[in-house]
Amino acid sequence: MNAGAQPDARIAPSPSLVANPRLSTWVSFPVRGYVTVRTGKVELGQGIITALTQIAAAGLSVAPARVRVAAASTQTAPDEGYTAGSLSVQHSGAALSEVCSRVRERCRTAAAAALGVSEADVSLADGIFSAAGAAVSYWDLSTAALLDRDGDPSGSRDDVTTRRADTAVVGVALPRVDLPGKVTGAGCYLGDLVLPGLLHGRMVRPPSRGATLLEAPVAAVEGMDGVHRVIRQQNFLAVVAEREETALLAARALRAGARWREDDTLPDESAVAPFLTAAPAHTETLFEDGKHQALGADTLRVSAVFSRPYLAHASIATSTGLAKADDGVLRVWSSSQGIFHLRAAVSAALHLDPSAVLVQHVESAGCYGHNGADDAAYDAAVLACAVPGRPVRVVWSREDELGWSPLAPAMQVRINAAYDPAAPGTTGTPGAVRDWRHEIWSNGHTSRPGGGVEPALLGLALQRGGAVPPALDPPLARGGGSGRNSVAGYDVGRQVVCSHRLTTMPLRTSAMRALGAHLNVFAIESVLDELAEQSQRDPLEFRLSHLADARGRRVLEVAAERAGWGAPVVEPDVGRGIGYARYKGTGSYCAVVAEVEVTHEVRVRRLGVAVDVGRAINPDGVVNQIEGGAIQSLSWTLKERVRFDRRGVTSDTWETYPIMTFSEVPAVDVAIVASAEAPLGAGEAATGPTAAAIGNALAAAVGVRVRELPLTAEAIIRAISAS
Amino acid sequence: MPEDFTLTVNGNGHQVRCDPQTPLLYVLRNDLGLVGTRFGCGLGLCGACNVLLDDQPVHSCDTPIATVGAGRVTTVEGLGTVEAPSPLQQSFLEYQAGQCGFCLSGILISATALLRRTPDADEATIRSALDGNLCRCGAHNRIVRAVLAARPGMTMPTETDPGDGPTGDDAP
Repeated sequence: MNAGAQPDARIAPSPSLVANPRLSTWVSFPVRGYVTVRTGKVELGQGIITALTQIAAAGLSVAPARVRVAAASTQTAPDEGYTAGSLSVQHSGAALSEVCSRVRERCRTAAAAALGVSEADVSLADGIFSAAGAAVSYWDLSTAALLDRDGDPSGSRDDVTTRRADTAVVGVALPRVDLPGKVTGAGCYLGDLVLPGLLHGRMVRPPSRGATLLEAPVAAVEGMDGVHRVIRQQNFLAVVAEREETALLAARALRAGARWREDDTLPDESAVAPFLTAAPAHTETLFEDGKHQALGADTLRVSAVFSRPYLAHASIATSTGLAKADDGVLRVWSSSQGIFHLRAAVSAALHLDPSAVLVQHVESAGCYGHNGADDAAYDAAVLACAVPGRPVRVVWSREDELGWSPLAPAMQVRINAAYDPAAPGTTGTPGAVRDWRHEIWSNGHTSRPGGGVEPALLGLALQRGGAVPPALDPPLARGGGSGRNSVAGYDVGRQVVCSHRLTTMPLRTSAMRALGAHLNVFAIESVLDELAEQSQRDPLEFRLSHLADARGRRVLEVAAERAGWGAPVVEPDVGRGIGYARYKGTGSYCAVVAEVEVTHEVRVRRLGVAVDVGRAINPDGVVNQIEGGAIQSLSWTLKERVRFDRRGVTSDTWETYPIMTFSEVPAVDVAIVASAEAPLGAGEAATGPTAAAIGNALAAAVGVRVRELPLTAEAIIRAISAS
Repeated sequence: MPEDFTLTVNGNGHQVRCDPQTPLLYVLRNDLGLVGTRFGCGLGLCGACNVLLDDQPVHSCDTPIATVGAGRVTTVEGLGTVEAPSPLQQSFLEYQAGQCGFCLSGILISATALLRRTPDADEATIRSALDGNLCRCGAHNRIVRAVLAARPGMTMPTETDPGDGPTGDDAP
């Protein structure tokens, strides 16, 4: 590793620290023996609070048990934007590393003065500075004054995330700080929060996407015992009751008695591909590099089209919101991934001054992206404003969770690639890809509230009798949306990437784990395998000969070796396949080998994953995230598909939207490739490579390339018929 | 119309007044404050709300309070505590078996019932017994390892554990 005259990824400024430079914003010592750490990143089940605890403990030289990470709130937390994109360790971790190191050194200086010795003579252990038999601790110093300074966003001179000296705390598998409560039924989730006088709200959604409410039995339902209010504003319909079961019964009565006008507004589910390519779209060249090359007469060409359906986040909890309007202040409790953005959206939608809206994060089940959490927060806010002084909790039904949360967009990708067997490869082996064109059709992957001009909230759209504005895509420089991982991370000669982002959005879409990387990596890695096959080269060797990045090569080699790559697969209907990507082109490196068996369906027997996340702050946390990401991708890739008719989503229960079960989950082997480089996020790295490895293993097993997700028996039959 | 019901939860007697059709889940969470039992779907399809009724795992979201009768209900809180976790809970901690953790209450209940029934359950049996419990984070394999490791010498808490007797909430 280079120790640093040249700026590199390690000392890139943390945007979190640039935006929130004050040391006291991040750290304080309010209770003797404990450190309070504030972060704007939130726990989604990914274990970030544990990793940040480790970084803070290392930076301050205290035991991890002394660190208390405060739940993020708009009143106290640094504004770190969204908890998304596998960036929390890079942003919040880097900020805390710098802040805590600086706090430690400022306190060391003060301690030396207090002890009447030079700084060099002061030693620090578990928060206590000592020299010559005397000692002072963090809690003896005037830390409020000492921390009333800015950190240096340009980066820590003593970065605990890569410093070898901190191996006692960083780089070890500290047990998850939140797990003891979670295995003993603690009230740790948003839906468990009880406030005095709590009322229960339930939403009554329209029967279909384009429905208009004509009539609702408001008076009759308000007359039911225990019903507090019915709220009707255009197509926004809800009930507030004293007891939860009463709210459910009242919602049922409201739904049964409501009359709506309905229209067909959705495309034909069996013809999504033609819809995607024909719909109005914003077309943009995302990436263009390399010169046109003269291609030899023996050039092999592949032109292939890949697709995936709409997918659901399918959180195990349904979206929940809690709010209370009192004395001119609206308090909101939410599992949102972006509490400051949510505050901006809620205050704009309700015409409130942002300073009169307080948002507190409370954990819920894993969301894996932008599900209905923000919408439920707004629902609760609207209901709370209708019953001032009483807190209102809204819990979505399962049907609404699967039917009305934002979906991951359906996508289509076409790749045209040309391979010249005479051209020299990166490693000198003859044969190289010389021309590569990747074209994407998709709705945008981001419609989070606070991102656009108009607050993107379901409840607001229903109140206004309209729809949520179409989703957008972040620019490629910030990871991209549809285009995430669309730039092949290989040396493929001239490369052009073009996206067609739909400007109409019949089904509301937004961010889900890895965004476009799922299909983009699946497509890129499929085409590489097709070219390898046509040129009679081994898929692993083919990749290595197009990949100069040593860290990328290493994960491919490790995954292959652990999976016994190269040993022939002798069983019939069994295949092995490999997939690789560096997440976003700037994040973690990940390679996956899948072994697939095809009977009446596709069954994945095992997945072998190799990952380089830089310095792993918590190796067990990395393994857990990588394995979880692989299993979720497996579930999407093999069985998931949002079903809909011309009016609405019909896959709104676990029976119609099944996900992977315990019996279907294969063995997963995760190897962390040791690295001393700056830490990178782990949550989304496995998504694309897993899908790709399964697709390639399936092709090896059945001898036919299936380019349509999910990889069901029907999709295989269609591929065989077409071949 | 609301009626009075007496029920035994984690060894404690309770009296509640509610509509007979009220799902047990809401009585546990809202009347008894036992929020460890989670709402996941309300349709008995995800297992997040599982509790033991005597020794059988049931979906508390679609079990009307009127059908509980004299059955002894055990929730995740009745299995153990942070200070004194059950062997199965301890195993989940040792194997770090979870991510967001929302499914864990129901899974601990299903696995507890399985191991009472089949203490030497093999991996396939464990997976099959947990097929009614959905996990979206992909923690399945850790969870299965934790259940496997909890098999030998596992002793289950009973409803008459010392210190967990009837409280002042008892029916008169």
